[in-house]
Amino acid sequence: MSWIDIGSVEDIPLRGARILKTPEGCVAVFRTEEQEVFAASNTCPHKGGPLSEGIVHGRSVTCPLHNWVFSLETGEAQGADEGRIATYPVRLEGGRILIDGESLRTRSAA
Amino acid sequence: MTAKQKLIVIGAGMASGRMLEHLLEADREAYDITLFNAEPRGNYNRLMLSPVLSGEKTYEEIVTHDDAWYAENGITCRFGEQVTAIDPAAKTVTGEKGVLAYDKLVIATGSTPFIIPMPGHDLPGVIAYRDLEDTEEMIALGDKAGSKAVVIGGGLLGLEAAAGMAARGVDVTVVHIMGHLMERQLDEAAGYLLRKSLMDKGIKVLCQAVSKEIVAGPDGRAEKLVLEDGTELAFDLLVMAVGIRPSIALAKEAGLAVGRGVHVDDQMITSNEDILALGECVEHDGEIFGLVAPLYDQAKVLAHTLVGVADRFINKEVSTKLKVTGCDLFSAGDFAEGEGREDIVFRDPARGVYKRLVLEGGRIVGAVMYGDTADGAWFYSQIKDRTDIEEMRETLIFGPAYQGGGASDPLAAVAALPDDAEICGCNGVNKGTIVEAIKGGAGDLPTLKTCTKASASCGTCTGLVEQLLELTLGDDYAAPQTQAVCGCTDLSHEDVRRLIKTQDLKSQAAVWQELGWKTPNGCHVCRPAINFYLLADWPLEYQDDPQSRFVNERKHANIQKDGTFSVVPRMWGGITTPDELRAIADAADKYQVPTVKVTGGQRIDLLGVKGEDLPAIWADLNRAGMVSGHAYSKGLRTVKTCVGSDHCRFGTQDSTGLGIKLEKALWGSWTPHKVKLAVSGCPRNCAEATCKDVGVICVDSGYQISVAGAAGMDLKETERLADVPSEQEAIDLSIAFIQLYRENAKYLDRPYKWVAKVGLDWVKERVVDDLEERQRLIDAFELSQSIYRKDPWADHVERKAEGYAPLADLTLEAAE
Ligand code: SRM
Ligand SMILES: Cc1cc2nc3c(=O)[nH]c(=O)nc-3n(C[C@H](O)[C@H](O)[C@H](O)COP(=O)(O)OP(=O)(O)OC[C@H]3O[C@@H](n4cnc5c(N)ncnc54)[C@H](O)[C@@H]3O)c2cc1C
Ligand code: SF4
Ligand code: FES
Repeated sequence: MSWIDIGSVEDIPLRGARILKTPEGCVAVFRTEEQEVFAASNTCPHKGGPLSEGIVHGRSVTCPLHNWVFSLETGEAQGADEGRIATYPVRLEGGRILIDGESLRTRSAA
Repeated sequence: MTAKQKLIVIGAGMASGRMLEHLLEADREAYDITLFNAEPRGNYNRLMLSPVLSGEKTYEEIVTHDDAWYAENGITCRFGEQVTAIDPAAKTVTGEKGVLAYDKLVIATGSTPFIIPMPGHDLPGVIAYRDLEDTEEMIALGDKAGSKAVVIGGGLLGLEAAAGMAARGVDVTVVHIMGHLMERQLDEAAGYLLRKSLMDKGIKVLCQAVSKEIVAGPDGRAEKLVLEDGTELAFDLLVMAVGIRPSIALAKEAGLAVGRGVHVDDQMITSNEDILALGECVEHDGEIFGLVAPLYDQAKVLAHTLVGVADRFINKEVSTKLKVTGCDLFSAGDFAEGEGREDIVFRDPARGVYKRLVLEGGRIVGAVMYGDTADGAWFYSQIKDRTDIEEMRETLIFGPAYQGGGASDPLAAVAALPDDAEICGCNGVNKGTIVEAIKGGAGDLPTLKTCTKASASCGTCTGLVEQLLELTLGDDYAAPQTQAVCGCTDLSHEDVRRLIKTQDLKSQAAVWQELGWKTPNGCHVCRPAINFYLLADWPLEYQDDPQSRFVNERKHANIQKDGTFSVVPRMWGGITTPDELRAIADAADKYQVPTVKVTGGQRIDLLGVKGEDLPAIWADLNRAGMVSGHAYSKGLRTVKTCVGSDHCRFGTQDSTGLGIKLEKALWGSWTPHKVKLAVSGCPRNCAEATCKDVGVICVDSGYQISVAGAAGMDLKETERLADVPSEQEAIDLSIAFIQLYRENAKYLDRPYKWVAKVGLDWVKERVVDDLEERQRLIDAFELSQSIYRKDPWADHVERKAEGYAPLADLTLEAAE
């Protein structure tokens, strides 16, 4: 893995998200707890809703357009809905958010 | 026999103390040992400084190695002497009293407290919490009556310092930068309970508080702390407990490999084969240490390495307990990151208990508990042993003693209420009265209504009264099912609203805990509702939480199906000016707005604005004097007007003027659902006032106020609230009605739905007939507006603009 520093955990509101621009498109970075972050595709598989704008609860996010709920850990849609969003390894080190650059690059191929 | 090897140990702390014990046990004859320590004493149990501070122990009781022990084991002690340099080539160390040669060297220098480099941090009167000297200074404070202390840092150390001083009668305030206490070990719910227990001990706790500056008094001693928001806190002593940094200066200057700590391998050897290290000063496999358990493992491994026994250090999960009497908490394992995790949450509001387990792949990976930590050790061992828990999953949260079906009790929140808790707000009936009546034979709702009056008026407390019946009568009572807010709770909206008021619940964490929420922090259904109830009931105490709002309200613009936004500036009463229109046209050009539309609410919509452009377009509109139209909010939307007496030949009163006055009074307020008004100048009703939430029709004799209309998914004519002669009364009635709606309605009920539930007569009694109540409603609304009547666009432009930009842009990096 190749870890890239993308900012401080405090740059994201608690139970909120920010966008990370990458050459292959936008990734959403979520902060679920004071010291817990996840990264996943920003695009809802239903009709393309921007997931970074959704309400973050537990380790899930609700799409702002039609309320599909996704697990940020597995990327799976919850409940009756079927679909999946890509997730990317992230970790926190001394309050900095590190994302795995390799998995970002390979995502268009995957 | 060859001469003994010379071993030098730098630092007589907890890690090296344990290491020496293991070493002597393994081979008493292997080394000639010299022990340096900067503190003028040998090893004591540093953990126990807190009980010394609070007066539960004396220093003598916490000494682990006394002079006799060092003498008995032939250790040369150089206490009170700091080591200033290591020369790995010559294999010597330099102490303050001379140079000494070694064969093997152990670095065990521990860590140093981190001091925030804010102005005034180096003044006398500012201390850290690390050693006996610090502890003694805090103890001395307790001897002076009326003394005050401020502790910066709401982690383990800071809270132990705060509780210890409070136990000695000091007035203590804790200043914590994060949203809840001990955020590394606890989640929000446990943090809430901890804060509550500390406040019960008289300790003040400020969260999300950023320290800015320490100011000295005339005697040159620090005397007050200034926070970023301007708050000033006076103190006699300031304790900074914001974290520690491994003490690596010696190792670094000696050219050893260091990162955050001194690098060691699995055998505790540094980059130089004759120098070993352990304790809080080391970094092993990227990790540094702040708790004693792993250091003891290191001590054993290092002693083994010194005597040539193969061993290796493995870093295991650690658990934490806070050593504050009466604050029973436990946390272990990992709450962060990883795929496929699930939570099991248990709350017992009556006993102030909260437990949460984090599961992954059939195993427990983390546990937090508050209030009842008896099972902590058991959960901790399940974590360490990686026990498969699939079999006992259903009852796992109840601990080792409990096997057998145990669903959490949906009645717990009501059971927890004290007897004097008010259940029926309309008639002032408390829990004790109702329970007594039930015991006296009132076995169903209608009988209870007649004999106690509970739930006999607006009826919003019916759910709670039903639950009291169920609780008191047990299985004999079959309560009709009430509609729960969502899957996170069994309570209905009405129950939650009432309990927030009667139990003085003023934060989301308080609601989750005291009302027994089943999820850690709600979901997209309950969070917006709870956020509204809290801000409507406690406008001054509760701070609106944007993260609990639907995107439109969080970003103050309407999201479109392609992820762009629409922007609607306010046009008071539907009146605009050429300058405003020019500013709108300029903004539309500048931000390439694809669609400009006149809305059904008498204003102009700019559709298709990019999210990143929002702060900029708002700033432009602000400059032309325009503010947010709240076209996205569960709040005041538009006040439509007709031209009225100013121009129209039929107009009886100044309908436009009244509309503008109403909009200026009401704008910015949050409501259960959206609220729309209209004012027509005569019964021809060109502003369509008779299908609004509040509609005013002007007539010769004054104003006809009608409410609870609908013209959306349902169609319904308004009902007459009252006819009043003056404009001021028209405004008063409208505001009182909207405030009554804010205080009582269920989230997402428009006024017409709410009025259908409580009855127009009930509304009239309060808004029209009872003048005192009318005034109370108006005052309560005005109090809330003192916070919310401001332009969110301007606020976001000023304080939050960067949140609209990407966190980082890796496309630029790739281009390089
Ligand atoms: C822009 C506008 C249509 C227009 O171009 O005229 C509009 C647009 C929307 N309306 Fe409306 N309504 C607009 C006037 C109305 C009116 C007429 C009025 O206000 O006089 C009504 C009927 C009266 C009423 O409020 O009931 C109306 C009844 C609704 C409803 C049904 C509400 C109900 O309780 O039955 C919804 C759905 C909802 O709120 O849940 C809705 C929801 C919406 C939403 C917010 C849909 C959504 O959730 O995304 C639309 C947002 C479009 C956008 O992105 O801007 N809109 N909507 C009007 C904005 C008025 C303004 O200046 O603020
Ligand atoms: C108030 C308090 C409460 C705590 N509570 C807990 C708890 O409940 N649970 C838990 O697990 N942990 C707790 N800890 C943390 C625990 O005490 C430490 O993890 C542990 O003491 C670290 O041991 P150490 O040997 O690495 O360092 P230390 O015990 O700090 O020993 C290092 C010694 O080296 C000396 N030294 C440093 N540099 C030099 C030099 N150049 N020359 C000579 N000597 C030097 C220092 O003076 C110090 O005496 C607490 C700490 C404090 C301060
Ligand atoms: S009527 Fe329907 S489509 Fe038209 S603006 Fe209103 S909500 Fe949107
Ligand atoms: S686009 Fe996400 S739920 Fe429809």
